[in-house]
Amino acid sequence: MNPMIRLEKIQYAKKDRTILSIPSLSITQGEILGMMGPNGAGKSTLVKILSCLQTPTSGKLYYKNEELSVSRIPLEQRRKWAVVLQQTLIFDTTVFQNVAAGLKIRRVAKSIIKEKVDYWLEQFGISHLAKKNAKLLSGGEAQRVNLARALILNPEVLYLDEPFSALDYPTKVKLLKDFKAIIKNTETTTIFVSHDVTEIQFMTDRLAILMDGKVQQIGSTADVLNNPNPYTASFIHDMSLHIE
Amino acid sequence: MDLLIEGLKKAIEMLISGDPEIFEITWLTLKVSLTAVLVSTFIGIPAGVILGLISFPGRRFVLILINIGMGLPPVVAGLWITMLLWRSGPLGSFSLLYSPFAIIMAQILVSLPIIIGLTCSAFQQIDEKMLLQIKSLGATRLQTVGLLVREVKIAILAAVIAGFGRVIAEVGAAMMVGGNIRGETRILTTSIVMEVSKGNFDVALALSFLLMSLAFFITFLLTNLQQRN
Repeated sequence: MNPMIRLEKIQYAKKDRTILSIPSLSITQGEILGMMGPNGAGKSTLVKILSCLQTPTSGKLYYKNEELSVSRIPLEQRRKWAVVLQQTLIFDTTVFQNVAAGLKIRRVAKSIIKEKVDYWLEQFGISHLAKKNAKLLSGGEAQRVNLARALILNPEVLYLDEPFSALDYPTKVKLLKDFKAIIKNTETTTIFVSHDVTEIQFMTDRLAILMDGKVQQIGSTADVLNNPNPYTASFIHDMSLHIE
Repeated sequence: MDLLIEGLKKAIEMLISGDPEIFEITWLTLKVSLTAVLVSTFIGIPAGVILGLISFPGRRFVLILINIGMGLPPVVAGLWITMLLWRSGPLGSFSLLYSPFAIIMAQILVSLPIIIGLTCSAFQQIDEKMLLQIKSLGATRLQTVGLLVREVKIAILAAVIAGFGRVIAEVGAAMMVGGNIRGETRILTTSIVMEVSKGNFDVALALSFLLMSLAFFITFLLTNLQQRN
């Protein structure tokens, strides 16, 4: 199957220190690729590079087999993707306006915006909050707004950097179920960064383990978790120690 | 206390009697101050955005100048504008000295650094991740600035209110470049100074009530705009 996204010899360095070094990585259409690794492993940097929010020091990025000029991504290209960053960054306006932000930026007609926002608010169970100022929402509600704001754009690729990290367990379980159903229905190619093994197991088809800016193991999620190499085993061991 | 009550009575009398001179002075004050604030806002906000968001060589030096400008003594501003508009000055051929235009120029000079400086601070405080989030939504540069302005609108309006406060209270520069000419450049602040120097405290007090009402009214409108939603 042709890859949707392909990285080749991507390097990112800061003050002579290599933060990220990925010889090659491919993501196929409709796939949900998980990424795990300790803090500072380079997960967020990789998401930013993949979504062209950060320019790599060197290397090539291909989208549907076409090389992208990583330092100057055309706006139309960027508008095919959606990114949910680690922190919930909500605009100081109503929930409706927050979810509509990306469509307004694309100058979509008001009637279509209304229709789509209503649909996605309902999908995430936050229709009743439409007129509320989004700054006054709880963590779970704000995260739903954040996800709805990304999914409403009908992105070809969705980048999620620890989108559920700030949520309590019951909220997380409910949201994960709803969210997985949505992205499976829409067949959205998704890159999903998380620290949580349960989230990764539930959400992803494939899993990449990052450590020290390198992909240490990649394969089907079940394979990586059941047959970890020494790096993955040590990471999972450290995580379980941390939990205990 | 008697003086205060007397002043208040005089102010009410002046307003009720509809003294055309008082009306003219108040109207000119309003026109001059609002024009100065509007011009300062239209120049100051974009300048503050650029200074707050874009790094360029010499940016720190420009910021230092702006911060110094925020405390620029009005008489110094008046002196500069006088020299600029003086017959033998660079703009002397336009004969603008002792005109409302000269007062507007002086008021812009004292309010512009305040609006630039406070807008710049507001933009410097924006979380860098918010910029990334807006970029990720597919915004153009102009749309990014528009969204950010909305995010810091409270701070920007505070900058405009501070600029207006500086302009409406300004007297030294207005006196110097306007000359307090009756029917031409006399505004409320210069009138108050003149009435006090003549010993007409009741009239001065009445004018001060008018000035305060004007300041209150404009600030009330701006604050409402700032606190909307």
